Amino acid sequence: MTSFSINGRSVELDADPATPILWIVREQLGLNGTKFGCGIAQCGACTVHLDGRPIRSCSTPLSAAEGKNITTVEGLKSDDGTLHKVQQAWIEAQVPQCGYCQSGQIMSAIALLERNPQPSDEQIDAAMAGNVCRCGMYGRIRTAIKSAAGISQDEGAEA
Amino acid sequence: MGKWSRRAFIGAGLVAGGALVVGVSIRTGKPDEKIRRLVAGGDGETLINSFVKIDKDNIVTAVIPHAEMGQGAHSTLAQMLADELDANWEDVRILEAPAETDYSSKDIAREFLAPELEVPEILEPTLDGTFLSLIDAMIGQITGGSFSVRGTGQRGMRNAGAAARQMLVGAAAEEWGVSADEITVQNGVLSHAASNRSAKFGEFAEKAADQPLPVKPRLKSTDEFNLMGRSIPRKDIPGKVDGTAVFGIDVEIPGETMSYAAVKAPPVQGAKVKSINASTAETMPGVLQILNMTDFVAVVADGYWQAQQALNTIDITYTETENDSLDQAAIFARYDAALNEAGANGGDEEIAVGDAPRAIADAATRLEAEYKAPFLAHATMEPQNCTAWVHDGQCEVWAGSQVPTKVRKFVADMLDLPMEKVTYKNTYLGGGFGRRSETDSIEMAVRIARETGYPVKLIWSREEDTAQDWYRPSSTSRFEAGLDDGGNLISWNNVHTHLFDPPEAAHVPYYDIPNQLVRKVDVPMHLRFGPWRSVDHSHNSWFIESFLDEVAAEAGKDPLELRRQLLKNSPRHLAVLNKAAEMADWDAEMPEGRGKGIAIAPSFNSIVAHVAQVEMTSGKPRVTNVWCCADIGYAMNPDGAAAQMESSIIYGLTAALYGEISVKDGAVEQSNFHDYPMLRINEAPEIAVEFINGDSERLGGAGEPGLPPLAPAVTNAIYAASGKRIRELPTAKHFA
Repeated sequence: MTSFSINGRSVELDADPATPILWIVREQLGLNGTKFGCGIAQCGACTVHLDGRPIRSCSTPLSAAEGKNITTVEGLKSDDGTLHKVQQAWIEAQVPQCGYCQSGQIMSAIALLERNPQPSDEQIDAAMAGNVCRCGMYGRIRTAIKSAAGISQDEGAEA
Repeated sequence: MGKWSRRAFIGAGLVAGGALVVGVSIRTGKPDEKIRRLVAGGDGETLINSFVKIDKDNIVTAVIPHAEMGQGAHSTLAQMLADELDANWEDVRILEAPAETDYSSKDIAREFLAPELEVPEILEPTLDGTFLSLIDAMIGQITGGSFSVRGTGQRGMRNAGAAARQMLVGAAAEEWGVSADEITVQNGVLSHAASNRSAKFGEFAEKAADQPLPVKPRLKSTDEFNLMGRSIPRKDIPGKVDGTAVFGIDVEIPGETMSYAAVKAPPVQGAKVKSINASTAETMPGVLQILNMTDFVAVVADGYWQAQQALNTIDITYTETENDSLDQAAIFARYDAALNEAGANGGDEEIAVGDAPRAIADAATRLEAEYKAPFLAHATMEPQNCTAWVHDGQCEVWAGSQVPTKVRKFVADMLDLPMEKVTYKNTYLGGGFGRRSETDSIEMAVRIARETGYPVKLIWSREEDTAQDWYRPSSTSRFEAGLDDGGNLISWNNVHTHLFDPPEAAHVPYYDIPNQLVRKVDVPMHLRFGPWRSVDHSHNSWFIESFLDEVAAEAGKDPLELRRQLLKNSPRHLAVLNKAAEMADWDAEMPEGRGKGIAIAPSFNSIVAHVAQVEMTSGKPRVTNVWCCADIGYAMNPDGAAAQMESSIIYGLTAALYGEISVKDGAVEQSNFHDYPMLRINEAPEIAVEFINGDSERLGGAGEPGLPPLAPAVTNAIYAASGKRIRELPTAKHFA
């Protein structure tokens, strides 16, 4: 039995503790916003937060979640349904194309801004380099992160 | 319903609840074999219906016969329809046309279409000339060929919207006893100023169905556009930032427990499964069934991870094939042999102007070069997947496909079921790029589901997705050029290996070169190949624009200047080229170790030029900037079109820098993103995009045309920055 909380809700699950969190979240908990891309922590499509830190859920076993808090893209809205400012910035910059990688992108971006509210361009690149977007929306991702952080689009914050 | 003597219709009718439905339908006259194959419901029976439904509650539903794979077609097509209709954009809903009999057979036409109508003239060009080859895309609800906006949108959605508007106006005029000319329409409201009357669409939805069907609705001219030409936010994006958008991999069946399948196909394509030892897998938790399907092995379990883990333990042996010792060098050697045999004049002639071989023989200066492009995988972010349930004499299938009606017919044929016993639900596509115009993973899922009897979601591992793709073919192209004593390019002789489409991909009629000979040689291929974003343009434009850069260097000319001279009779191309050069400040002095490269390519009825800037750091090229100018006729949604250019640039740059699928011992060597790397944000150049809005009557595609000129702009920039000429992609091979 593994106990953890997900998006503020307590869960106890009787599942193989070696199962990657990705498949627990999707198949056991029905939260399909977190995506499978590569299975080897190379693409970031499966990014969720474990106690606020971004992890690749495809390669993190359920056992690692014991006693911890998982946040997925479904847990970002506030109680009144308002989107997270990063999600709003994503809409404003019209970031997604196919959209498949975007839950992971958004989770990585939020984790970045939570530990560094004024990231430089280099810090944005470093924090987001683990997330592949095959539709190539990297320029818009930069724009959206800066917009959410209130940074001028012309230049990043001082490193 | 009379005989199908007409090829296109505007039709209208009422559906339950008193909603007005208007559609434009096009059918092929005599579908050729290629089209016939794609047509659901038998020869000539399938219609494409670009419908609009207007409900009594004023909701306007645009029924879009194309998949949404990130290209924005759902939203842009709705935008085109809503503009002609003068609908209130907030009231517009989007529904992807179901791959249902109602949308793919003449039944719907019986209900909605009036056969006695004259063919609207506006639709005639869609059936003429080269456009005919694109009709199959509409017929089959195919999403590809950068076709949705320029084809379905321009010919279908706009006519449906304009026809519906005309009928609503007619109904209001009758009711109010005024002239239709005096009624204005704005934001879904019909108004008659003189009598101070107005009504929302819903009030006249039912009555409008009794109006005469417009034969040729008047379409707006560019200066009347309200929604077209504006960067209206896409309607699919909110669901793609909160995790609610449903992709194939997310499909659930209410009330049913889902089982999951993982598969492994023979690494050498064409081989079969000889034997399996599944003794460990059989004992693993969650495993439900282990299936040797002879052309692949499947494990079905109560979770995907359990299925994949069990599959990984199965010892599989494969039958031998004649390709078991084939490697990439041997494949290129085959190309060389075929090209050598073709020599200076052999092979299949594609285009011949003047006498190129003779002009080269007589030339003051001759130049030769050979280029090699590798196989490429699509690497969609969402791996191949499909959910299928075969039960009670029927089959239900869910997936994200670029060819939904083809899927439905294919499944019906495979199971020997009538079409009405097969339902297919298309979802959002987690990337397509041509990969999802194939049906192999869908076939697998249905075959597995036939064995199990319960619903199964098949998910391919990334490894399987990489190793079992329908690849962009590898290719070799050889060029000879002749220059006169003034350094003018007078002759162009190109022979290339050829496998696919479109036929004009290697042609350069827009360049003023008096002698041109382009030939192809067919080569055998054991790897399966398929359309990959921009298809044959993806490599041929690199070949062409690279060699042209070599000609410029040989002639001592600036690469931009040479292209300007050669495009003197192609004003649209020249304008695009000049704009890109201007955006990039082409003539600016570059410091040591930096360089700019330029390339231009027409494809899918559009013209795109890129200037790339490269900086050599630690001996390796880094692309810092790409300036892009595109003439796509008219950008219906400029931000959406710009996004397509940005996307093509990154997709093309990934391929140019890193993309290589290679064969060893008959099998694809690459398996996942660690050995088939993707461009990441820290390597992404600054991109600037501008459009030349030329001709709104002659739209071009946007999803693919940004790709072909990217690789040559980059490699030409590498030459400018470093003096190193790249003749084999990817560039990473040369800067280890």
